[in-house]
Amino acid sequence: MRDKQIEDLKDYKYGFSTDIESFKAPKGLNEEVIKFISNIKKEPKWLLDWRLKAFERLKVLKEPDWQKPKYPKIDYQDLYYYSAPKSFKDKPKSLDELDPKLLETYQKLGIPLNEQKRLNGIAVDAVFDSVSVATTFKETLTKQGIIFCSISEAVQKHPELVKKYLGTVIPLTDHFFATLNSAVFTDGSFVYIPPGVRCPMELSTYFRINASDTGQFERTLIIADKGSYVSYLEGCTAPMRDENQLHAANVELIALDDAEIKYSTVQNWYPGDKDGKGGIYNFVTKRGLCKGKNSKISWTQVETGSAITWKYPSCILKGDNSIGEFYSIAITNNHQKADTGTKMIHLGKNTKSKIISKGISAGFSDMTYRGLVDISPKATNSNNFTQCDSLLMGNKCGAHTVPYIKNKNSDSNIAHEATTSKISEEQLHYCQQRGLNPEEAVGLIVNGFCKEVLQQLPMEFAVEAQKLVGISLEGSVG
Amino acid sequence: MEEQLKIDFEKNLKDFSYSDQEKKFKETNFKEFLKQGFPNRKLENWKFSDLNQIIQSNIGELTFYNDYKKENQIDKIELISELEHNKIIIVDGKIEKIDFKFEDQDKIEVLVEQGEENIRENINSLINLNNAFSNKFCKIIIKKNYSLKKPLVIYHSTNKNTQFKNTNLRIDFKLNENACLRLIDIFKDNSEKNFLNIYYNFEIDKSSILKNYKIDKSINNNVKYSYNNVKQQVNSISETFILSSGSKFFKNEINCDLLGQHSSAFVNGIFDLDDENHHEIKSNINHLVENTKSYQLVKSVLEKKSKAVYQGKIFVSSEAQKTDGYQLSNAILLSENSEFNAKPELEIYADDVKCSHGSSSGSLDENSIFYLMSRGLNYKEAKKLLINGFLLDVIEKITDEEIKNLIKNLLGVKE
Repeated sequence: MRDKQIEDLKDYKYGFSTDIESFKAPKGLNEEVIKFISNIKKEPKWLLDWRLKAFERLKVLKEPDWQKPKYPKIDYQDLYYYSAPKSFKDKPKSLDELDPKLLETYQKLGIPLNEQKRLNGIAVDAVFDSVSVATTFKETLTKQGIIFCSISEAVQKHPELVKKYLGTVIPLTDHFFATLNSAVFTDGSFVYIPPGVRCPMELSTYFRINASDTGQFERTLIIADKGSYVSYLEGCTAPMRDENQLHAANVELIALDDAEIKYSTVQNWYPGDKDGKGGIYNFVTKRGLCKGKNSKISWTQVETGSAITWKYPSCILKGDNSIGEFYSIAITNNHQKADTGTKMIHLGKNTKSKIISKGISAGFSDMTYRGLVDISPKATNSNNFTQCDSLLMGNKCGAHTVPYIKNKNSDSNIAHEATTSKISEEQLHYCQQRGLNPEEAVGLIVNGFCKEVLQQLPMEFAVEAQKLVGISLEGSVG
Repeated sequence: MEEQLKIDFEKNLKDFSYSDQEKKFKETNFKEFLKQGFPNRKLENWKFSDLNQIIQSNIGELTFYNDYKKENQIDKIELISELEHNKIIIVDGKIEKIDFKFEDQDKIEVLVEQGEENIRENINSLINLNNAFSNKFCKIIIKKNYSLKKPLVIYHSTNKNTQFKNTNLRIDFKLNENACLRLIDIFKDNSEKNFLNIYYNFEIDKSSILKNYKIDKSINNNVKYSYNNVKQQVNSISETFILSSGSKFFKNEINCDLLGQHSSAFVNGIFDLDDENHHEIKSNINHLVENTKSYQLVKSVLEKKSKAVYQGKIFVSSEAQKTDGYQLSNAILLSENSEFNAKPELEIYADDVKCSHGSSSGSLDENSIFYLMSRGLNYKEAKKLLINGFLLDVIEKITDEEIKNLIKNLLGVKE
């Protein structure tokens, strides 16, 4: 039975593409295209100016090259920066008007957009290439004053909030990919939780790249006002294509006094085929700002897809007593490469951070944990604990750990530990002796290895992620 | 600075009789240095310090010419009295005296001429600078099956009048099969505001043992850089201990290639810093074959505005199965202005390995102080006792009893 399941899962099951007519901006990166995007989204002038400012800055910025996974040069003029299903030129008012092909696509991905069909209380914002297709459970949320919509909609309906917070965590001038995103971002989610509200359901965005030759540049902005709580989850897939596609998103989180944001990612972009051909370049900038006192931001990520993953979800702990957490599982197989980790920047007093990172590399893949813990002179009584473990399967892959640890405050403590090893023969033998086949044994051990992180995921996704962990490693044993 | 460099380099070439081969070697290195300049923060190895800036603020303008014909006085240099030893005395990068009086003379060979092919690897710009300006290389060869009876102490000293000067020294060591050398580097600075650049090359043959102890204890205002390049063959052992304390700035780099099976490398260090001193250790342990082992332990005690940096790297190539690599760094920050930065790095391409690292930094444990004070010690005594114990961990790793006691006395650490 299980063998059959594996057989089904071995191939990337989200690899289909939807044959839908799309409407694209002209190829290339220039002022015209930026104006085109801004125009089609009917954006106010300040936002267009903001985009153009980013574009000016982009001209002088250089692409960074210090990362471990190297990739062939990307021709930024050979990409479409905007792609939307044609039926979207006039935005459909409700699901009934939505192209049935799109509904079908999401059905196939296991994300029904029809509210009645959903079993569990999760509100979804579905992003297809450059536009948000549908956002579910809007009404339920609105009753509590929660704003959950696409960022284009937020620009129209809540410009004051967007203007106030956009670019405050990831400034325009940050680095190449962040600036590129600021100039050409198309869509993404916007969440605002009013003071004292505990968001009653999981909010989630589902990203799908469909059109070829496109880059996806979404922008997510989450604001948790005083004393509020929100848990947010993102998932991503893309069709199987031979070419590499660029995904450069920006995610900004802002937690005010006593607020808490929990951000989970299950990233399953198309990783390329067995020989490393094709796949998504996942170069994402994610940063959270604990702006207020006693605020908390927690990142959880399960990274199994993408040809190259290059991201460091970070926390800036500015408010006193704020807490930052980072839990990560990164799995690379075949020719995948990952350079991921986190940055914890302690600025406020009594701030705490915790980093748990588990890396598993198999096949010909290469995995790097790169992290920064920086305790500034004013961050008295701060604490950090970091643990990063790597598991290697075979001697064709690599696992690297590059932590940067800076302590400038004598009343603060930093502890860091890392180990690298393989699955021990004893463990395997023990499991096999009890009737598991080698693959099952490895799956069991790996799940145990990842448990600390999997536990942090919202319940509904933990199961899925656990399965994903197993699938990603198929074929790497024996 | 470039003008000065060029003038000094021409003078250096003119004044001393270098062979054509040597000249060519020096010229290539000089060009490379001109191209790269002093290392800055853009280089991963210098992420936490900018040497240009350090030289500017601590020294000012440097000159590079050293008169290797001049006789320097050496009788003023205070020697270690606690233990009998062979010695090499160096003043301003020039070897003034080599004395192996406790050894069989035919077992040790000292070549001063530049003999065989030099190692042409392009390591970093400071090594280029060293190669361009240092005197003729000295190569010390320990013959097969010979263990030195007494340790060899190298005294690094500067002349009273030397100031604003860059001095360069390069010594190559070769330990033939089954040889053993205990080497102590001691710094005796007689003048201030110089930049000392030291480059050692070690070739350690089968079953040989090298123990290198670097002691920088006396307080001085010099800027120092030292690079140890160690190549180890089958069954060999290298042990490096660094006591980093006295100088204004000191960076120790250890590059260790484990080329033979069952070879092992140990790097241990203590940062005991005060005032505005800034010290660094950068280690690079390359496990290149199966069954090799490395162990690193670095502890820091930081007072006032001092800053310590430890960048330790373990590299394991895909052939190097059964590698055992371990690395630990602990730091105690005693003042609110002190700073500790660490970058413990693992780069691993083989799966059957056991590699781990740990790093911690923080203040003295208040509970331990409370415990000691409740037993009648005052705060100062309690603090001293705790630091004592903290540092003793590293000192206990020294495998040579004689030298261990010497270092204990120097640090005032008691058991």
